[in-house]
Amino acid sequence: MTQQLAAHPLKFFGEGISYLKRLESKGSLIVVEGPDGSGRSSQIDLIISHLEAAGHAVITTGLKRSELIGAGILEAKHKLPLGKKTLALFYAADFGDQLEHKIIPALHAGYVVLADRYIYTLMARSSVRGISRAWSHDLFGFAVKPDLVFYLDVPPEELFHRVFQKYGSLDYYESGADLGLADDLFESFVLYQRGIAKEFKVMETKYGIVRIDGGRPIPEVNADLQKRIDGYLRTRVRPQS
Amino acid sequence: MARSSLRPEVGQTGYPGKLIVVEGIDGSGKSTQLHLLDKWLRSLGLYVFFTEWNSSDVVKEITSKGKKKALLTPTTFSLLHATDFADRYERNISPLLEAGYFVLADRYVYTAFARDVVRGCTPAWVRKVYSFAVVPDVTFYFQVPPNVAMDRILEGRPKLKYYEAGMDLNLSNDEYESYRIFQTRIVDQYESMVQKDKFVNIDGTLDIEEQQNQMRHQVMKLLPAAKVPAVLELEKREGEIE
Repeated sequence: MTQQLAAHPLKFFGEGISYLKRLESKGSLIVVEGPDGSGRSSQIDLIISHLEAAGHAVITTGLKRSELIGAGILEAKHKLPLGKKTLALFYAADFGDQLEHKIIPALHAGYVVLADRYIYTLMARSSVRGISRAWSHDLFGFAVKPDLVFYLDVPPEELFHRVFQKYGSLDYYESGADLGLADDLFESFVLYQRGIAKEFKVMETKYGIVRIDGGRPIPEVNADLQKRIDGYLRTRVRPQS
Repeated sequence: MARSSLRPEVGQTGYPGKLIVVEGIDGSGKSTQLHLLDKWLRSLGLYVFFTEWNSSDVVKEITSKGKKKALLTPTTFSLLHATDFADRYERNISPLLEAGYFVLADRYVYTAFARDVVRGCTPAWVRKVYSFAVVPDVTFYFQVPPNVAMDRILEGRPKLKYYEAGMDLNLSNDEYESYRIFQTRIVDQYESMVQKDKFVNIDGTLDIEEQQNQMRHQVMKLLPAAKVPAVLELEKREGEIE
């Protein structure tokens, strides 16, 4: 039996993209947010396997991955310290490129688009750096609203150990080192991640973000996520006549 | 010559410095005029900084890569130019206005308001993206009949770049025809901003000297009081030479 997915109109955060002609989605946009060390990547791998086994076509997308700009951001960050608005706009451009070239076409075609982070991380990073939430929200007026958004919540102290064990060091920006929050990187990391977590708390109701306790073992977190995703996807199947 | 105080009274921008902008389509003569204004302000011993649209080193490389591939959607195109602007704004424009400089900008946010909207971005969105930028002390808008400006540019039948000619808009398969339609639409956008954004119109068909006189007359109002006698002296001497 073939499962036919019902088309629904794409929803946007604000003005949308007025020059686009095809504005319906036959697919689903599912976002997994959470800091480095929250188990995001492991969960995404498990979800892909599960969804593919169930017969869904899945593609993934993430930040800094556009062909056009992704590498450029990394390069630019190494060359010269960038201003906070410059960085915010750079990331928005990278996101916009992926949105129009990858996410929207995949949604038209009926894919499940699994986003390894989305605009919420970008908005949270900007906000802890002093950029107004209203400006970030308006900036992403062209972004498609996801069907589901999860946030993997892990206490910063726990994150620190996970990141340190995995990479042996802390990422400069992920530690908020550009903000001069503390003299040592551990303290800076904890303060920064606490700030990011607070931003997600603020965004939760406004954007319908589902908080998931990421401190549990991987299989347990996965079961939780998968149940919610499967439940959602069942509502997306067009009733057979 | 003694430099003026680094902390003169705060102007329209909320900064001690002054922001002077020129806008207009390619071939309107705005860059020539801004160059002359630059020379003049420097000759008065003022701190001057010149900045140009789409010129940040950091962003340029990435933009040009994308432009070559002709992959840019209107939204991405707009955001990359906003990134370029933000880099110049955060690195130069804002701190130098804070330090009391005369910042001269060859194109400012109004270029985005005109071009991005012609490309199909929502006007309200483009304005919001650039809402962090201060309103200039004066924006000179160079009014030239589109055909005159385009003839100046197209005279030598230059090779037009894909985006410069607006080829991404599918206006025409002929790049010169596309360029003409594109530029005409940009003029329409500029014209719609004249009142709202308080442009000071300069008739770009006048003699170069006459246009420059009109600009200097406006900019005189922005000069620190201590500089005005020097200007009058300079004008008197120039008058004697003539």
